[in-house]
Amino acid sequence: MDALDGNAIGGLLQEIFGAEMTTAVATCATCGTAGVVAETVVYLRAPGTVMRCRTCGAVLMVVVRREDVNCVDAEGLAALEPS
Amino acid sequence: MAGTAVRGRLTWQVATVGSVSDETASVRTLELDVPGWAGHQAGQHLDVRLTADDGYVAERSYSIASAPDEPVMITVERLADGEVSPYLTEEVRPGDDFEIRGPIGGYFVWPWQDPDSPLLLLAGGSGVVPFRSILRHRAKIGSTVPARLLYSARSLPDVIYHAELATPRDDVEVIYTLTRQQPAGWTGHSGRVTDALLGEVAWPPGQHPIAYVCGPTAFVESVAAGLVGLGYPPDRVKTERYGGVGGP
Repeated sequence: MDALDGNAIGGLLQEIFGAEMTTAVATCATCGTAGVVAETVVYLRAPGTVMRCRTCGAVLMVVVRREDVNCVDAEGLAALEPS
Repeated sequence: MAGTAVRGRLTWQVATVGSVSDETASVRTLELDVPGWAGHQAGQHLDVRLTADDGYVAERSYSIASAPDEPVMITVERLADGEVSPYLTEEVRPGDDFEIRGPIGGYFVWPWQDPDSPLLLLAGGSGVVPFRSILRHRAKIGSTVPARLLYSARSLPDVIYHAELATPRDDVEVIYTLTRQQPAGWTGHSGRVTDALLGEVAWPPGQHPIAYVCGPTAFVESVAAGLVGLGYPPDRVKTERYGGVGGP
């Protein structure tokens, strides 16, 4: 499965956060790089949805859907700020 | 609060297929009737959800192919091992319905913050779809910002929207490169987009252009890196990756 980018999870993130998030700025907790969500590296079926830092490759966020509940692990994010 | 639409939340809604038109042997455009559609921006996408009789659910994202003031249209390329695209390109008939949600995305949209920036669109294969929306919108709003589309396709019969793109429009240039097969007497470019071709086609960075790159992941990465190599600031190169499928 090829890497996509944050555009591909615009719908999922809007479902979770209730707002357009592809223009939000994500800051990597590992390397400190800040960039728009649209430019992050995304794997859709990893399993689960995995968002990685384009600079250092660290995992920023993992979303796993269990029945109708999205479980979000955002430990790799130092910040996620809507633009 | 069941059934209450929350502001900002995306909700699945039923889209009914209006007209269906073939673009190429494996690509089809569907016009959708979506009651209460919130309206979209050029470059946005929507999610399609298909639910099988046994409850199995498949979701895919498709770029919106129509301008903001037109009915919602998506253009779908059939993937041999696809779960959703064979249905949308072979099975679906006018009057059928399926679930969608959207519009989605705020990054890969035009106009952007500087509406006077020369527009550079770079498409690999079906990555041309959001650019139809952008170019139609550009024409509808009477924008005179110069625009160039560099479109990498496998062969001439694989070019999506060929007739529309061949229609001369003010200040829009369309440049093709055919990667796998060229017709006899082809005078356009051949092969993948090289840095040399990019250098020929791209507006000089001094003109403060804005570039949009859309297509298979490998195409997008290579073209975006090429533009940055030419001196484009990374924040003036907007990218949308479709993965490894349906490449040019």
